[in-house]
Amino acid sequence: MEQIAGRPNALTDKEFHYCPGCTHGIVHRLVAEVIDELGVQEEAIGVAPVGCAVLAYEYFDVDMHEAAHGRAPAVATGVKRVHPDKVVFTYQGDGDFASIGTAESVHAASRGEEITAIFINNAIYGMTGGQMAPTTLEGQKTTTSPYGRDVDHAGHPIKMSEMLATLEGAAYVARVSVDSPKNIKKAKKAIKKAFEVQLAGEGFALVEVLSTCPTNWGLSPLEAIDWLQENMLPYYPLGEIKSKEEDK
Amino acid sequence: MSEKVLMKGNEAIAEAAIRANCKHFFGYPITPQNELPAYMARKLPKIDGGVFLQAESEVAAINMVYGAAGAGARVMTSSSSPGISLKAEGISYIAGAELPAVIVNIVRGGPGLGGIQPAQSDYFQATKGMAHGDFKLVVLAPSSVQEAVDLTMEAFDIADRYRNPVMVIGDGIIGQMMEPVEFKDIGADDLPEKDWITDGAKGREKNVINSLHLQPEDLEEHNWKLDRKYKEIKKNEVKYETENMEDAEIAIVAYGTTARIAKTAIKEARAEGIKVGLIRPITLFPFPEEVINQAADQVDSFLTVEMSTGQMVEDVRLAVNGKKPVEFYGRTGGMIPSPAEIVEQLKEVRG
Ligand SMILES: Cc1ncc(C[n+]2csc(CCOP(=O)(O)OP(=O)(O)O)c2C)c(N)n1
Ligand code: SF4
Repeated sequence: MEQIAGRPNALTDKEFHYCPGCTHGIVHRLVAEVIDELGVQEEAIGVAPVGCAVLAYEYFDVDMHEAAHGRAPAVATGVKRVHPDKVVFTYQGDGDFASIGTAESVHAASRGEEITAIFINNAIYGMTGGQMAPTTLEGQKTTTSPYGRDVDHAGHPIKMSEMLATLEGAAYVARVSVDSPKNIKKAKKAIKKAFEVQLAGEGFALVEVLSTCPTNWGLSPLEAIDWLQENMLPYYPLGEIKSKEEDK
Repeated sequence: MSEKVLMKGNEAIAEAAIRANCKHFFGYPITPQNELPAYMARKLPKIDGGVFLQAESEVAAINMVYGAAGAGARVMTSSSSPGISLKAEGISYIAGAELPAVIVNIVRGGPGLGGIQPAQSDYFQATKGMAHGDFKLVVLAPSSVQEAVDLTMEAFDIADRYRNPVMVIGDGIIGQMMEPVEFKDIGADDLPEKDWITDGAKGREKNVINSLHLQPEDLEEHNWKLDRKYKEIKKNEVKYETENMEDAEIAIVAYGTTARIAKTAIKEARAEGIKVGLIRPITLFPFPEEVINQAADQVDSFLTVEMSTGQMVEDVRLAVNGKKPVEFYGRTGGMIPSPAEIVEQLKEVRG
């Protein structure tokens, strides 16, 4: 993996509790580096999800809220409407952002809420022990789809980024991955843009990050990277799905 | 300075909130409280820093309240029974994170979709079973538009003082009724400084708004801390009104709209020689148990009247503690008890 020197200021010195090979840690670091680079640590207010990243409020060295499962975009809306000049972001898993909190995600985007959402798609529910997520791929085995996800029964994996990009209020939507140094670089660029879009007051910004959950996928960290590349990348194409500059 | 104006309950509550310096409102439409958000939608955008936002649901609205309260704002949401059920999760988080917020419930009949007529069948929900966990709301129950105004203004102070959600509970009659009201300048000036809010950690340690305590020892300590706060609230915030209790042999216990009806009934009953008085809880939590317990040493019996099948009556029985019989009369589903019905009941109670 990429060798990164020093700890970003926007991270506390609290040690991550994530499993070995889990990419949550990488994404935390990218968000923190972007906060540092934009010089907004003292302006930033983050909202942590319910999911493996529930303790994100201990890791980011900025003002934080811990939200109920799925409600982070609504909580962030409340914060931003009180402090329109501050930088407000959410950090959410796929169960949080794309299942229980779908309404909050859709409507925050639809209102063009000037917040940045970091959405970790690891195709599974990590925290509760590997149940089917809305993003679980067809045929993927989880504890609640033990015979593999049957799309006739459980529906198709949801593509949140494509869906939210159709909304007027969504100013920036990108899907990135943290499976390789090259992609990690691109991921950081997208995260930075998603914060810049907020600073420019353009509207809702979303970065979907394809991530691994070696523990609940039942794979080693390296096998998990392979699995992501072989299975997730074809279904969840990477790139900027919506960007105002591109529109011009 | 303060002159009387004729206002509908729902609008008066909204105006009272604005006068109490509440600049943020998040809600979702539901009858019979719609005039309240509509008033906020007209007024708040005209105020510097004022925000009215119609949320996508009550779930979202209460979580916006959670965000705004954590961010340091005086914030309100309002709804009616089914909507309050949806807000319950968020209210538990607000209580757990010790955030000040004011929630208005203009109660309608339930369960389920129920009806849209006035009811008092959310007493249990408001005072006991709102949502998961060891927590309490402060619950204020006005019985006139003026009192709705005063209590709404005070609700923000109580919320700030104790860092706890406060509910103003009314019913469709309080919400729809027009009465002359006066907006008094009654704000407290000794409220604790809000040094715990999230507004960007500039030159200070970061602040965290949170209700998660993974270590059971920590959560236990937190819950006992909340409990101490509720005991403090019980000590300081009990409010009630008594009327005609001096020589009373029967005490009616009723709150909100029902207490007004009871007052009319008491006049009629006294004209017929029945010595009856009224104890009207104004705070449902903390419940005025002491005055009821003391009255039990004087009166022969109690009659609790509610617009429900009997909810507050359980607290009356706990307060009376077996000293005297506690009878109950209720109408429910949006039906309103008449003074004549109550007089009828009093005659039965008297035997
Ligand atoms: C209202 C509610 N329902 C269910 C849960 C249990 N729960 C906790 S985390 C979680 C799913 C987490 O999955 P995801 O959002 O994908 O995040 P990950 O753990 O994979 O990072 C669930 C269902 C909860 N805490 N609250
Ligand atoms: S369970 Fe999965 S998502 Fe959660 S910390 Fe472990 S590897 Fe990461």
